Parts: sequence; C-alpha cells; structure tokens
Amino acid sequence: MIKSLRRIGAIAQKEFTQLSRDRTTFAMIVMIPLIQLMLFGYAINSDVRNIPIAIVDLSNSIAARMITEEVRVTQVIEIVAHYDTPAEAEAAIVAGKIRAALVFPENLPQRVAGGNTVAQWMIDGSDAMVSAALLPLRTMPLDLERGTPPGSYRRSSPTFEMVLFFNPERRSAVNIVPGLTAVILTMTMILFTSAALVREREQGNLELLITTPIRPIELMVGKLIPYVLVGIIQVAIILGLGRVIFNVPFEGTLLNLSIVTLSFIAASLALGLLISTIAQTQLQAMQMTIFILLPSILLSGFMFPYEAMPKLAQTISEALPATHFIRLIRGVVLRGATIPDLSGDILWLLGFTVLVLAISAKRFHKTLD
Amino acid sequence: MTELAVRTRGLTRKFGDITAVDRIDLEIPRGQIYGFLGPNGSGKTTIIRMLCGLLTPTSGEAVILGLNVPEQAEALRQKIGYMTQKFSLYDDLTVEENMHFIAKIYGLPRAIAKQRISHLLDHYTLTGMRRRRAGAMSGGQRQRLALATATIHEPTMLFLDEPTSAVDPENRRDFWEKLFDLSDQGTTILVSTHYMDEAERCHQLAILDLGKLRIQGTPRDLMDQLQNRVIEIEGANLRQVKDRVVHLSQVQSAAQQGLKLRVLFQPDTENPANYLEQNLAGEKLSIAPARPSLEDVFVAATLGEGA
Repeated sequence: MIKSLRRIGAIAQKEFTQLSRDRTTFAMIVMIPLIQLMLFGYAINSDVRNIPIAIVDLSNSIAARMITEEVRVTQVIEIVAHYDTPAEAEAAIVAGKIRAALVFPENLPQRVAGGNTVAQWMIDGSDAMVSAALLPLRTMPLDLERGTPPGSYRRSSPTFEMVLFFNPERRSAVNIVPGLTAVILTMTMILFTSAALVREREQGNLELLITTPIRPIELMVGKLIPYVLVGIIQVAIILGLGRVIFNVPFEGTLLNLSIVTLSFIAASLALGLLISTIAQTQLQAMQMTIFILLPSILLSGFMFPYEAMPKLAQTISEALPATHFIRLIRGVVLRGATIPDLSGDILWLLGFTVLVLAISAKRFHKTLD
Repeated sequence: MTELAVRTRGLTRKFGDITAVDRIDLEIPRGQIYGFLGPNGSGKTTIIRMLCGLLTPTSGEAVILGLNVPEQAEALRQKIGYMTQKFSLYDDLTVEENMHFIAKIYGLPRAIAKQRISHLLDHYTLTGMRRRRAGAMSGGQRQRLALATATIHEPTMLFLDEPTSAVDPENRRDFWEKLFDLSDQGTTILVSTHYMDEAERCHQLAILDLGKLRIQGTPRDLMDQLQNRVIEIEGANLRQVKDRVVHLSQVQSAAQQGLKLRVLFQPDTENPANYLEQNLAGEKLSIAPARPSLEDVFVAATLGEGA
C-alpha cells in the first residue's frame, strides 16, 4: 500500500516537473482564450422557446386560466408545474427546475376589470437569454379585454409585473462567466490528460514504464493528480476575475462550489483517460477533444439556453458532462443553490465518472498487444 | 552454473497473417551474455518483448528466472531490467530526476536509492552532468543513463534491445565493458544487435532470420563448425570477378572486403579452391582458403533457407 502510494507520488511529481517545463502547454493556456474569442464571434442569437415555467394561481379564477392559456400559446414558455405559493416557485427556480413562475394574485378578477397589472412574473435572471425572451411578455395584450369596443378601453398599466431574480440588471457576463468555467475545464482537463498519456506512448516512455512493477491504476491516478490542481486553479482564476472585473456575484458557499467543481473535474479527467486509451497520437487526442469540446460549447447551455434547443440537440446536450456542470455552477454561484437542490446533476456526473473510468481501466493493458 | 535463466519452447507470435516469431526454442544459462544477431525484422524485438511480458505469445511457452510468462509477468518485473531500442526515459527530466523517478517506481527506500544513484552516476561517469536534461545529451551519454537506470533495482536479468545502435565505436567499447562488469557480478544479459563485432563478444549467440532461430552456440563454435568453406581471392578487377563468381552453382555468396573478395561456398563443396581456379582460368588471381568469420556464419545461416 505504501509502495503503491510512493509510486503514485513518483508519477505525480514527475508530471508536475514536466508540466512546468512544457512550453506547448503554456502556449495552450494563451491559445485557449483566443479560440474562445473566435467562437464567440460566430455566436448567433436564436429565438428562445419552451422555457419551463410554473403557474402559481392564488385567485383560482377563470380569468387566471384564460390568461395562462394566452401566455401558453405564445410558445415562449412551457408550463411544467403548478405551485400553491410563490415561495415554492422561488425554491424551484433556485433548484433550476423552472426558469420563471407566473403568479396570479387573489384579487385577479377585480384587477382585470380595473385594467390594472394583472399578474407577476418571477424570472430567473441568471441566464440573460431566458430573461430577454420573457421580458417582452410584460406588455402583452390580452384577448380577455378585446371584447370591449376598440378605443373605448385603454390599459394604463402593463399587463404583467416582471421581477428578475439573481441578475436584475440582465448583464450577460453574470451568466457567461460561470459557464466559461465549464468550457475551459472541458478543454484543459480532457486535452491535457489525454495528451499526457498518449505522449508517453508516442515517445516510448510507456514501453519502459510497463516493464516496471507499476499498476495501471497507480499510473492513471498519479497522472491525474496534477490536473485536478490545475482545474481548481483555473476555476479560481475565472470566478475571481469574474468577480473583480465583471462584478459577478457569488451567492453560494465555497464547499458547494468545490463539490460541484470536483465532480466535473473527475468526469472530464475520466473522459480524457478514455481518449488516451483510444488515441494513438497526440494529434488524434486533440481531434477527439475538439469533437467533445464543440458540442460542449454550443449545446451545453453555455451559449444558448437548453430550452431553446430542438429536441435532438437537447438529447445530445444531456449526454455532455458540461451541460450538467453548467446547471450546477450557475446554481451555486448565481442562485446560491445547495447540494440537495442539485443532487440529480451531481449524481449524473459521478455516475459518468465511474462508468468512464471502468471502461478506461478495461481498455488499458500493461502490454503492447 | 547450469541453471537456466530463460527457457522457451515453440515460442510463436503472429501479427495478423505475419509470423514475426516462429517456434523459437531458447536456453540461456544464468550469468551469461547472450546475443541475438539478426537483420531488422528478424523478430529480435518481438522475442524480447514477449520474454518481458509486454507481448502475449500466440503459442508456445516461456520460463524466465523460474517464472512463467506472461502469467507471472508481474512478479518478474521486479527482477528484470529492460532497455528499449528507442530511448525511453524522459527527455524533459534531468539525469538525476529520471533515476530518482525509476527508483521510486521500483519502490526502493529513499536512503538506498540515494546511495545507489550516487554510485551509478559515478560508475557510468554521469556525475558531471547529473543536472542535465536527458534530451540534451549525446547518444552515448543517453545509453549510459539508460543502462544505469535499468540496473537501479539490481535486476537478476537485463534485456537490452539494440542498445548501441546510435552510439559511436568508442562509446560502444565502453558500453560493453560495463556489460562485462554486470555479467561478472552474476547478471544474465540478453542483448540484441546487428553488429558482428558486438555479437562476437557474447558468451553465446543465436542467429535469427525471418522470425526463425537459424543457429545458436558460442561464437567460436559457430565459426569452427561452419560447414561452408571460405576462399579469399586477391587480384585485379575484383568487381567483374565477383559478378562471375556469384553465378557459379557451388558459390553461396561473395562479398568484397578491401582488396580481397571473400567467397562463401555451399556446404560440403569438395576442394573449393580448385573449383574456383577451374572456373576463373585465365585470370591473374591469388586464391587461398580462409578461416570462417562470424559474418560468414551469419551469411550462411540467413541465406541457408530463404535463398
């Protein structure tokens, strides 16, 4: 056991030394933001549809059901839940189950008759594109009122009152910065780990290593340890700079942040290992990484809201670790969500890690066959 | 010592349709330097990899230091050292870092590792460059480092795959001196090469060609027991003479060496000198029998079947 730890330590220490001397790796650290910038340049806004919302009807009136139906036919939203109190709806927003809630007050019929603002939208502002799609509903005309002769009746106040949670100024940086951690971690974790093992094979080091008593699991763990640290440092840099430069809030706790970040780092490292057991050259490892990276940027909810994607894209999105991590990190950083709120995505990431590690270990043999 | 370090029976390895190693039977006594002599593609590396447990034999059995390979390969790893054909230490680590890394991988206690590394640095004259990165060293220096590192855990047996292919003659001499030191201390060494002068230094030798073991024995015995007769021709126009000679039915091969043409005959050729004089009548040549060299043995063994 102690020998095993010593061997893991030897691999980790060697990896650190090599990392600190590898100019290409440092060049990559500069290249990564440049590539990001390019990708953002091509970003296209798309119509956002089917945003999951909940209805909180305190009036229990026909008017509420009619207004709900009118809002629903706009196709901007999709009603996924009904809650009894605004507090329940708010909790669901924090947990990321819904993006907004439409709250009808008890005195709804009187308000409709009086031409007052009829209801309130509670909106998750942490995704600027979602809130941008919902805000135009504010002045939406209601069929309910069209029965009155034209001109004789004019609404003096907006149809809905809009309340933005978490990002009232609707600054996109608030949303982008936590998401960026997912993209950069995907890139660095997968690319560096896959390349690091493939490099040993390419340069012939592996042929020597596998004639020594080292076990495959020791080799893998030893190689991954330095990258866990690299990942943590990167997250600290992104969130730290995000706070200083873009004034991105941090609502969660460091413990929760560490839990979600480490579960994503684990999933990404496992994926990198899997690539390293498939790729024969560093170039192939890089190509496979990009194959995972591109959907992780475009389909994970980082650039476009998950809800705005077609069904097929959503299916792909669900299979990407980055999608789950983006939900987690936005939940923790912007909404102060706690681990029980987010257990589904965390469990998904951990399950993914175990599965992928098992496949990698099965694929890695201590032979050259 | 009669105990065997390596014994194989019918060791075979196929890659798809290609048989890289074909039913090899080997017996390597402990404490000897045993050479594999063969051209590229003769299966030397594949055999060594199978003996180290890196490749699974397609069929046949191999027992190394009393352990069955590949079944007991893990137990074997602690007892063997392997020097790959290509330099396989880390170019971006220094001499010392590489050695400390391998020492830890073999689980050497810190104090012992330190002591051994300091001794090895001294023995292999690497002390002066112990902080130099492996990538910045010459071929000879890298080979010394590779050998020093391969012996750091004091293995009972060393496998060296063409260790001197990128090394100049002087460094090769030094390298072989170190091998004899190790052999003297009881280490069994299996070394592959395609240099005749290196092969001649081995205690025993196996000549491999196209995956088959053609012949094995001590270099002296191999040369003495060669059935093929060798004749040396001196004179003018040796290139033209060679063209005529190689087409003679009794001649197996001919190769010029400086001012002489060495002619290797088919086994059991009666009176080859007369045969040549009859066939080369009219030319002003001196024709004389010569002692077979290891190269003659090699040529006879590798041409014996395929040609």
